[in-house]
Parts: sequence; C-alpha cells; structure tokens
Amino acid sequence: MSSDLGTIVVLAGGLSHERDVSLRSGRRVAQALRDRGHHVVESDVNASLADLLTSTDDPVVFPVLHGGDGEDGSLRQVLDLFGVPYVGSTGPASRRAFDKSIATALLDVPTPEQVALPNSVFRELGAKALVEAVTERLGLPLMVKPSRSGSALGCTKVTSTAGLPGAMVAAYAYGEMAVLERFIEGTEVAVSVVDVGDGPRALPAVEIRPRSGVYDYTARYTAGETRFICPAELSDEVAAGCAEIALRVHEQLGLRDLSRTDIVVGADGPVFIETNVSPGMTETSLLPLGAEAEGEDFGELCVALVRQAYRRGPSDLKE
Amino acid sequence: MLDPWIDTYAERTHGLTVSAVRALFSVANRPEVVSLAGGMPNIADLPREAIGEAMASLIRERGTQAMQYGSGQGEPFMRERITEVMAEEAISAHPDDIVVSCGSQQALDLVTRVFCDPGDVILAEAPSYVGAIGTFRAYQVQIVHVAMDEFGIIPEALREAMAACKAAGRRVKFLYTIPNFQNPTGVTQTLQRRRELIEIAHETDLLIVEDNPYGLLTIEGEPTPALRSMEDERVIYLGSFSKTFAPGFRVGWALAPHGVREKLTLAQESATLAPPVFSQFAISTYLDTFDWRGQIQVYRDMYRDRRDAMLRGLTENMPQGSTWTHPTGGFFVWLTLPEGLDSQSMLPRAVSARVAYVPGTAFYADGMGSRNMRLSFCFPTPERIIEGTRRLGEVLRDELDTLHTFGIGTGEHLYRDITSGPAPDIT
Repeated sequence: MSSDLGTIVVLAGGLSHERDVSLRSGRRVAQALRDRGHHVVESDVNASLADLLTSTDDPVVFPVLHGGDGEDGSLRQVLDLFGVPYVGSTGPASRRAFDKSIATALLDVPTPEQVALPNSVFRELGAKALVEAVTERLGLPLMVKPSRSGSALGCTKVTSTAGLPGAMVAAYAYGEMAVLERFIEGTEVAVSVVDVGDGPRALPAVEIRPRSGVYDYTARYTAGETRFICPAELSDEVAAGCAEIALRVHEQLGLRDLSRTDIVVGADGPVFIETNVSPGMTETSLLPLGAEAEGEDFGELCVALVRQAYRRGPSDLKE
Repeated sequence: MLDPWIDTYAERTHGLTVSAVRALFSVANRPEVVSLAGGMPNIADLPREAIGEAMASLIRERGTQAMQYGSGQGEPFMRERITEVMAEEAISAHPDDIVVSCGSQQALDLVTRVFCDPGDVILAEAPSYVGAIGTFRAYQVQIVHVAMDEFGIIPEALREAMAACKAAGRRVKFLYTIPNFQNPTGVTQTLQRRRELIEIAHETDLLIVEDNPYGLLTIEGEPTPALRSMEDERVIYLGSFSKTFAPGFRVGWALAPHGVREKLTLAQESATLAPPVFSQFAISTYLDTFDWRGQIQVYRDMYRDRRDAMLRGLTENMPQGSTWTHPTGGFFVWLTLPEGLDSQSMLPRAVSARVAYVPGTAFYADGMGSRNMRLSFCFPTPERIIEGTRRLGEVLRDELDTLHTFGIGTGEHLYRDITSGPAPDIT
C-alpha cells in the first residue's frame, strides 16, 4: 500500500435527515481512495469517533456528511479540537454556507429576493398577515425551504397563497428556520469548485433536467430519473458567468478545497440559489459529474483533496 | 449517461424509485433513535448457545444432505413438521399440499405469479401489509382496498367491491387478508366475520389468500380459528417461521388446494430450484430438539409486556383527538392522529426528535392513510417504547402547534381529503 497519506478516515452517516445520501457518498469516496492504494477507515459519527481519532495513526479525515452536524461546521470544529487535518471548509465557513439565510445575505452575487423567518415569529405575530406580506413582497411563485437542510428535503414550490401555509409547515418539519424566496424560472445548473493547491477552479456546469420537472429527492437519487447534461447547454458567456458566481461564492464565504454552488439561469442571467460545503459524491451527484466532464478521474481528485489536507495539517480554531 | 439501461428496464420496475421517506428510515437504525417503525421480531433471548451446538452437529452428521440441492416443493420432513405447527391452529393438512418458500413473502410472490396477469384485481384490506402491496405492484396488478373496522373486513364492503369489479368487467383473482393481528392495524377478524368471508367466497366464487405470520402470537384472549381450518377448497394459507422462531432462515410456506400446489411447486422450481435446504434442516433440527411450543410462550409473554408498554405510553402521551387500536397479539398498533395532522410530512420532525414510525400511506395503494401511522412494539424494550411514545407525543404537539399557527387543522384539510379514509378508528 502506498500510504503516503497516513490513515484516511472517511466520515459518513450521522443523524441528519440526509444520512442515507451521506452513507452512499461515503462508500463511493472510500472505495475510490482504496482503489488507488490508500489505507481507508470508514466511520459513522457516534460516541466512538473520539477514540477512533485518537487511536488512529496519522489520521486525515474526509468528511462526507450531509446536513446537520456534518455541514453546519460543528463536526469540523471537533476535528480542529483534536488537531486532525481534514478535507474541506473550516467550521466557521461551513456554518456560513450551510444556513441558507446567512449565506445569501453575505454574498455579493445575484441572489433571489429572500426572507428568513423562524417558526416562532409566525406563532407570535400571527401567520395570516405575515403570509400575505410575504406573497405581496416577493410575488408568486415562491420557493419555501428549511434554512438548514439539503437534498431538497422539505422544499416546496408555492404557486398560490393558499399553498403557502402547507409549504411552511413542511419546511418547519425540518427545523425552526425557513427561507422564502422568489422562484427563479430557468435552467438549473450546478457548478463545483475544487482547489487542490493551485487555487480554486470551477468545473464545467452540470445542467439538471429532471424527468418529472421537479428536482426533488427521488429525482436526485434514482438513477435515470434525471438527465444531466454536462457541460450544460449554455452560451460561453453564460457558462463563464456561472463559473464566476461559483468562484466568488467559494471565495466570499471563505470556503476551502471543494464546494458546489447551485444556480438557476433565468431571464436576467445566472442567479445563486445555494452552496454546499459537503457536496454529494454518489453516482448521481453533481460534483463527480462535473469532474468527469473535465476529463478528471474522480478517484484521483479525491486523492488530491486528501493530499492537500494532509499537507496543510490541522486548522486553527479561529480559521 | 448515468444509467445506460434506463430505457431497457421492464415497465414493472418504473415504480422502483428511492424516496425521501425511505431515506429518513436510515436514521431509525441508530441507537439514539427509538424505532417504532420496524417489524423485526426480538430474537435476542433465543437459547443461542444450544442452537449453535445443534447446528454444529447438524453439519457434522448430515452436512452432505443439508448443504446439497433439495426438493423444489420443500423437504418432505420439513413439510411434515409444518403440518404439526399448523395443527396448533386447528388446521388439518397433508404434507403433499405444502410448498416451502423463502419466507412467506416468497410464497405470496409465487401465488401472485401463478394467478395474476397485468391489470388483474386483487382485493386487500384497507390498509394492508406494505410488502404485499409491493409484490402485487411488481406484477402490475390493480389493488382494490376493502374497508375494515375493529372486527376485520366488513362483509358488505367485500360484496360491494366484488360487484363493482364485476360491473367494470374486471377479474378479481383473490382476496388477500391477514386475519390475525393484521399488519398494520393489529386488528383480528372475529369468528363471525370469518364465517361471513367464507360465505361470500362461495357466493361470488372468490379465492382467499390467508396470510398468517403472527397467528401463534396471541397475547390476550383465545386464538380465533384460521380461515383455512374452516374451508380448504377456497383458501390458500401462508405461514412462516419468522415470528415463531427466527426470520433469518427465510422459511415460510403455502398450503394450497392440490391444483394450485402443483403450479406453485413448478413456479418455485423455476424461481429457486429449491427453497433454502440448509434452512429447512436447521429449522427441523430446532423443532426436533427444542421446546418450540415453550419458546412461543416465552415470545408471547415478552410481546405482551411490550404491547402493554405501548398502550400505556400512548394513553399517557398522545394528544387529545388521537385514537389507536388494541391488538390482542402480533406486533402492531395503528394510530389515528388528530384531524389535520399528516404522518408523512411530520416524519422529519420525528426523526429530529429521535423517534421513528411508518406513515400510514405506506399501507394503502391509493394514497390514503395520511392521518395514520403504524407503531410496532416488537423490537424495543418496554422502557424504550414508553420513551418513544413520549417523544412522539411531543412531536405531535409541536406539529399541532405549527398547524394551528398557520390556521390548518380547524376543519381545513391541507394535503388531501382524509375524512373518507376507511381505516379503523377505534378507541
């Protein structure tokens, strides 16, 4: 074994709503690293993690956790505490990116008009007036999402005022905070950004065409339910605009190593929708597709990311 | 590009997609979560040391037979022992009329395979076992639900369903029913209802598939005679060792009229050559050398404690407006939620609160059941069950609170009309 990278700990699973996706992503990353001769340990996030990190010889972590602790930065802060190097963004940067209400507000790129409201506000102020104000201000159709969740879980497109309360309830099932934003009609694309030591670069945009018309959970993770076109059928100018947005998001939020930004190309050009510090790595996920379109081997990319993290060593607690 | 065979799959696979609900269940196996979702029997208390010894000598002494191919219909000694097990429920049967299967699930698959063409109708209770619905769908069968109440299938509803199918020119191939401690409701058909079912079967020339995996697990009152014990020409009986011994062996069976049994045997040969031979040797060894009737009594006592914990926990923790069934055996309680609540859209909230259940919609082929959930008491300990109901109670109250905030639940239905639901609603 050419284990010049110590022991790679692939962390997947966790207790979030996206556990299943994370386990699939984790298996794929672990296998790709093993196929290239590296020593890989796969682990869930549970009470034995601390023991694993302290007892493992020369560990470097590849977190492939989606949602919850994996993406909100808390797990990454734990890794910092243990002084273990890891692939991807720091805890504070992850926290900024994960919460849709925070990320959108921080960015200097085109974003949809958005309001972020906790459940308690509706409870205390009364829903009726707020719901009316929201639809009046943002217009219809609207997207309603939990502010801290992924894989389109809890997301609803609302086309009438009557549909809004139900959508709010669905979003609040995933957490206390929901974001409501103007729905941007257009082409859905995802642009992944990777940085393996030579600066961030955008992979080709992947265009998403779900058969059902809606890129929901089923469309995301059932092979064949969505057509992915890569590179996306965009003019050079628009494609460059998408890449530019993804790179700026990566930079403005202080992200590291890898990210994936979801964009809708609407009538007025590309608009930022959300970004992910722990992009999906399944067979139907967008970052691996982007890498493939670039002619880049997925396994080699994983190795390069780990190598970079290994060389960098542990992060400071403060960024 | 991602799946080059996407245009090649058979039409019947089109329903095979991943879903958000399924994905949420992946959290349910974590120890932090009280899972009231699974239907796993608790086999931790089996005498594993002794069973291990018996298996070792089985392999030493009869390994060359036990690990060899076997009979497509199932090993003769196994079928003999199955008749003894069924005799516990007053079923008299000949070993020749039994076909051994890979769990009773496979027996159901074989029965559907030999009877159903795409578009045929199967009648099933409303609600019914999710695994049966899956099998029927795989054969592109149309499932027509028949209303039930706390006494089982409503005879009038069955007559009406038969008449409606006939009027529509649809061929009803059989009625699929779980008369004892039904999955998912926990409801048991009364003796009177069973007699009426058989009467209707005669009147309307209907075949009955009686699925009875929990039959020996009565935990309260006297067992009710199996349909097959009252009628042998019109009933195909499905049995299993999964709940009375252990599910990992995958041994179940079908007891069928001789013509059907012939077809099932041929179908079994083409499906598997022979049902698991080693498992049949293992189960026979268990039945020969252990007090299996005593073990079933142990199971009953354990499940009674758990059922009692579930009923107590529900009484203590469910918000007003909830109702639930009172099972006298088996694994499940069927909960009906206060008006306006939707068990499926609430599931993520439950997972965050570390409790899991199966939304009622899983048990209907027609989208009903959103106001229901199945709670199982078979696997967690009584303490954990109580804790699970406490967490669930909080989830329901939080959800009700949110619905109230948005003015939902005051007679206004959010997702779909659920009032016409035929699900049992028993206090």
